[in-house]
Amino acid sequence: MAQKVVDALKAKFGDAIVATASAYGDEVVTVKRDKLTAIATFLRDDPAMAFDVPVFVTAIDLLDWRPIGARGAPDPAARPAYDPGEHNDGLRFEVCFQLRSLAHRHRLRLKVQLKETDAKLPSLTPLWAGFNWQERETFDMYGIRFDGHPDLRRIYLYDEFVGYPLRKDYPKDKRQPLVRRPDLVGDH
Amino acid sequence: MLELITSKLEDAANWGRKFSLFSYPFVTACCGMEFMSVAAPKYDIARFGAEFPRFSPRQSDLLMIVGTITEKQGPALRRVWEQMAEPKWVIAFGVCASTGGFYQNYHAMPGADQVVPVDVYIPGCPPRPEQVLDALIMLQDRIQRRDGHSQLRLKREKITLAAANAEE
Repeated sequence: MAQKVVDALKAKFGDAIVATASAYGDEVVTVKRDKLTAIATFLRDDPAMAFDVPVFVTAIDLLDWRPIGARGAPDPAARPAYDPGEHNDGLRFEVCFQLRSLAHRHRLRLKVQLKETDAKLPSLTPLWAGFNWQERETFDMYGIRFDGHPDLRRIYLYDEFVGYPLRKDYPKDKRQPLVRRPDLVGDH
Repeated sequence: MLELITSKLEDAANWGRKFSLFSYPFVTACCGMEFMSVAAPKYDIARFGAEFPRFSPRQSDLLMIVGTITEKQGPALRRVWEQMAEPKWVIAFGVCASTGGFYQNYHAMPGADQVVPVDVYIPGCPPRPEQVLDALIMLQDRIQRRDGHSQLRLKREKITLAAANAEE
């Protein structure tokens, strides 16, 4: 659908494109972190690209990811399982930016791969103000830092919360209560 | 003799209280739709004297916790309950307010009774309006029997105070 966009990106930023894929009619382009801002600026400002709608930002934690096909069987064509590496420097997180152009009616997803030990990337809020709260949510839930964000602090959770709940290593029923009844006994 | 009179007086007061509950709807989630249905003419909670929602906790004596309570909301709920005048009662409306429901995760509180004492729990996701009316009647019985949480606490405090005075 947006193959023209992918071709243009490949021609202009050939060495910054790590991989491309097509998922359910949406083009996905994985880019290098240090070229993200340049690519995003090009996508916004070039008249043939004209991506003017910031749709969403989110992250994927690949910690428990296994190559499973559609029917639950291992899929050899899929990517390999997450490898933490010797020094915990595997590419654990993927941050996704979904963009849309109202003028040309095409969509594109930008992905950046990040290490657990170095989970930060440049913010795209200076380019699209609509990403402001979305990047805060990604920071809140996954602990990914967006450099250059004007106001990077928790958006849903309270400041007393420790850790990042949507990371796969956060215990699924761990609660961090703010207040409890003083007349309750026992461990709650 | 004096005791008989005061206890009859309290019975009369409780009779008044149970048919004129002023509710504070603490509505946070989808159960609110069912609450509207109970309050609207078809099921008509007014038939039981509890038709008057007050949106100030200081003027209400029935806290209806309608919907999921998150850990972040805990201090707000506690504060609303503390602002209500005694005697006061609490209904947990729906399974999320009663036990946390299907949420078992980082953000949902496992029942509003972690923060405030609850008198009547209504199960269901969401409960049928008939269940809410049933719970209201149960609460009315409880008010008349004087064993709501705040009534019991007031009684306990009175006894402790009397004992302390007698020692002096």
